[in-house]
Amino acid sequence: MNGAQDLGGQHGMGPVAPEKDEPYFHAEWEKRALGLTLSCGAFGAWTIDESRHARESLSPATYLSASYYEIWTRALETLLKRHGFISAAELAAGQMLEKGREPKRILTADMVPAVLAKGGPCDRPAPEAPAFAVGEQVRTKNFNPETHTRLPRYARARTGIVEAVQGSFVFPDDNAHGKGENPQWVYTVVFDAGEIWGEGADPSLTVSIDAWESYLERA
Amino acid sequence: MTSEDPMHHRDDDHHHDNHFSDTQARVKALETVLTQKGLIDPAAIDAIVETYETKIGPRNGARVVARAWSEPDFADWLRSDATAAIASLGYTGRQGEHMRAVFNTPETHNLVVCTLCSCYPWAVLGLPPVWYKAPPYRSRAVIDPRGVLEEFGVKLPETKKIRVWDSTAELRYIVIPERPAGTEGLDQESLGDLVTRDSMIGTGLAIAAGGTR
Repeated sequence: MNGAQDLGGQHGMGPVAPEKDEPYFHAEWEKRALGLTLSCGAFGAWTIDESRHARESLSPATYLSASYYEIWTRALETLLKRHGFISAAELAAGQMLEKGREPKRILTADMVPAVLAKGGPCDRPAPEAPAFAVGEQVRTKNFNPETHTRLPRYARARTGIVEAVQGSFVFPDDNAHGKGENPQWVYTVVFDAGEIWGEGADPSLTVSIDAWESYLERA
Repeated sequence: MTSEDPMHHRDDDHHHDNHFSDTQARVKALETVLTQKGLIDPAAIDAIVETYETKIGPRNGARVVARAWSEPDFADWLRSDATAAIASLGYTGRQGEHMRAVFNTPETHNLVVCTLCSCYPWAVLGLPPVWYKAPPYRSRAVIDPRGVLEEFGVKLPETKKIRVWDSTAELRYIVIPERPAGTEGLDQESLGDLVTRDSMIGTGLAIAAGGTR
């Protein structure tokens, strides 16, 4: 979706302002927000792709003014309501009002080391051999789905070179919407900055994306 | 549990537009309801936080870099299968499941960004800094990396090429910075001390021998 999350090449966002000796957390509630997001993710009720879609579906004004843990928290509310674990009335009251859905799994403290060490690998066998080879010239598609995609706007309808075939992975554009994992090959595709940004582009710059096969056409 | 008591301030917070305290109250409400329902274990949250405060951070990545600088065979393994090479040091798991290592050279400087969200190699660098997840870095890294680098105090020669890696899929990137000159005699632990978090994102360089962080 062409939401506020698709930031590559936008202007006016200000300086980066790195913080010297930045702490991992700036407030206690950020720690709880991180832990809640991971704990609820462990229910197994939604995928990382659906989580990302919930975050980018925030209104642009909210998304751009929120800290990242606030974005996570708001998206978590959406996911918990959508999947029947919590109601809007309960969120407003800050109290349990009814019994909700039971998750497949509840993350307890003793499970944490193993769960974090395992992660959530999302490489899967693809049904066909890769359609593109290293060194091949490809063009990204031009599309503007209202649904989740990982092809940023700045890299649509651009010609680049396949630099690596990275393996086959869950296809987020489908998986975010409960349409299955439908694995596809993923390629690192590199573009000259001039192809992306045109006039005035930095001639010393190249930019790569990791693109699912269906984002690409032979050029 | 939290050391503050957000509930105590809640009525007051709702009278003004304060993102910080509003979110604090939202988080408190979520944790309270989910705990009452038995859906979360507050001690699991403590364990997650402790893991990322004390166990998984950029010292992991620094050990990977120091080893790559010291052992050509390990550097080759990183190039061909970074996930396995990094796992051999015990660094695996969440947001490090599919790793790629990209090597700075005298000709090319590498910079990593996630323009679409906040993808970051947690297994080797820990939790990302705020700036990495914020709009200024995510918007500018792909169009004006030299300008971004200058804000980090890094000025690259104009002849140096820049390669930006936008983490749009599930591959997570670690930059292997160039080994500083004059470090031939150093052991891996001393070499690791020269490797900053930013040098593994590409917004910094390794510290010169005898320099300070």
